[in-house]
Amino acid sequence: MHPLKIIVTVKQVPDTNQVKIDPVTNSLVREGVPSIINPEDRNAIEVALWFKEHVGAETTALCMGPPQAVSALEEALAMGIDKAVLLSDRAFAGSDTLVTAFTLSRAVMKIGTYDLILCGRQAIDGDTAQVGPQLAGFLGLPQITYAEEIQYDGMTLTIRRGLEDSNEWIRVKLPALVTVSAGINRPRHPSLYNIVAACDPERITRLTATDLKVPAAMLGLTASPTKVKKIFEPERHARAEMLEGEPSHMARQLIEKLRALHALDREHNPHEREVSSAFNRL
Amino acid sequence: MIAIFAEKCIGCRLCERACLFGGIAVSGKTPTLTDQCTGCGACVSICPKGALVADKAQPGQIHHLEAYRGIFVIVEQRSGVLQPVSCELITAARRLADIRGVPLSAVLLGNNISRHALTLVAHGADTVYIADAPFLEHYRTLPYVRILTELIASKTPEIVLLGATTIGRDLAPRLANHFRTGLTADCTDLSIDNDGTLLQTRPAFGGNIMATITTPLHRPQMATVRPGVFTAEPIRTGQGEIVHIPVTECSVDNVVEIVRIEPKQKPAVSLEQAQVIVAGGRGIGEGKYFAMLEELAHLLNGEVGASRGAVDLGWIGHEHQVGQTGKTVRPRIYIACGISGAVQHLAGMQSSDIIIAINNDPHAPIFQSAHIGLLGDVHAIVPEIIRQLRQ
Repeated sequence: MHPLKIIVTVKQVPDTNQVKIDPVTNSLVREGVPSIINPEDRNAIEVALWFKEHVGAETTALCMGPPQAVSALEEALAMGIDKAVLLSDRAFAGSDTLVTAFTLSRAVMKIGTYDLILCGRQAIDGDTAQVGPQLAGFLGLPQITYAEEIQYDGMTLTIRRGLEDSNEWIRVKLPALVTVSAGINRPRHPSLYNIVAACDPERITRLTATDLKVPAAMLGLTASPTKVKKIFEPERHARAEMLEGEPSHMARQLIEKLRALHALDREHNPHEREVSSAFNRL
Repeated sequence: MIAIFAEKCIGCRLCERACLFGGIAVSGKTPTLTDQCTGCGACVSICPKGALVADKAQPGQIHHLEAYRGIFVIVEQRSGVLQPVSCELITAARRLADIRGVPLSAVLLGNNISRHALTLVAHGADTVYIADAPFLEHYRTLPYVRILTELIASKTPEIVLLGATTIGRDLAPRLANHFRTGLTADCTDLSIDNDGTLLQTRPAFGGNIMATITTPLHRPQMATVRPGVFTAEPIRTGQGEIVHIPVTECSVDNVVEIVRIEPKQKPAVSLEQAQVIVAGGRGIGEGKYFAMLEELAHLLNGEVGASRGAVDLGWIGHEHQVGQTGKTVRPRIYIACGISGAVQHLAGMQSSDIIIAINNDPHAPIFQSAHIGLLGDVHAIVPEIIRQLRQ
């Protein structure tokens, strides 16, 4: 039996917990914000490494992004992934989820055969969870999203898919595409041995639009059906009524206000809406 | 363009012979397109295994906008039970349909679910399309996609809306992919402009700012909306047409098989129903301080919520998360402790009746969204509130 061929998609994202808004210009401050591998893509890498170590697999990490996204792939190699492919070209800039998935699908076809494609459930900068299923769509593959546990018997994957109110156990034959949730495993840190090996430049292949043989009209912002019409700070209420002073004083004032609004009454449901209207009169 | 499904290739090389341009080369069982490929599709029709597929429409193609009319809401059921997000969406879509002067249709797939048609009509659907068959009992991607794409292709709605649940977020991208159209996930607001463009608003850039996204040149325009964003309102007992769609099972439907479904234990937290929520963010400093918030929540007969920052740090489980990537809540009282007020968090709680913010940073944006602000140390104020409530 040949080793499984596994492709893991990886996105480099800004550590969004550290993105701030400039209070003067109301624009995003991105300087000094570190770039990381999208957290759930690290879970997908860990699943690929599990297959490599327990079943035997050739693992390839695939990333689309600007040239500096190569550092995400180096980290994937340092975790133990065998090979990496960086899709980088100005023509890819501004791709929405559909065109990103389309471009990735062409890279997957270029990589050649595969048994399993693994993706993180969603990226923390966009939170759409769309690229995985769209990639499966372009490749005509069955998909299992929100995977929280994966078992493999040599032919068939049995996957626990976490829904809001239930778990589904799903069986699918390879090839397939699986998106994994954070709870599925604890991704390892890069090992020193692998970090040294990751420095081998031959392990990272760079592909451009020309390599994919896709005309520019089918790529990037031009081809993306969705457009960003505007970006804005959400409307905020007028500034809060501020309570100040000693903690005990603030606590007393707060409780008095809530009592006045009957907001602390336990048997409240019949008057539920009166609270907000009473509040508006304050 | 030709898409290659290499795993189906048997290495017969018929495609090489069919190609007039030397546009495809097979090595072993791997066909590859060469620079000479013109995308003519001669190889597609000769391949006996379906390893070559001609993409019919690619991104970048512009659809005939005027050919699309009406709004579809794809309804969600689980074990035959209608999910609340579907009626919320129908209520919201009714308003959009009235602005456009177009019909609103609800589409429901499942097994023994026809009885739900009246509920969907009562919430505003003009037409309810029903596919009722045993093999549709539980959602599975491939058969649902197959049936829905056929219906959407024949009825050509201008807008298709789905709930942003684990099912809707699995299904919607496959539908959008089929039609090579745009899809906007997890919208917090939908409106429509004069020329019929759907204005889809959602937090962006990790939830730090809002973006309005449109799909100007492709149809249908597709969006998902989280549960709880809109309120379901039965608006009338009015008339609706119920259309049964004939469906038959197809062999590819069973590529994916549901072995079993285990209900999750009733979650200990039900934030959506809570009347009071005490929520903590990174500003509380350490995970152990959630105990203090729990105590306050208990006194107020409420639940504990959390910001994404606190959840990402592992201080508390994801089931407590409020915001764009967590739950959308609207309690009577929302107490935000050490939460700065990122857009992503506000998206999940800004419709709360009374928002109280406790934070030691006078510039924290949460104070612009709160009704009452307490400026100071969470670790001093919260215990004080607890002490005084106890008295």
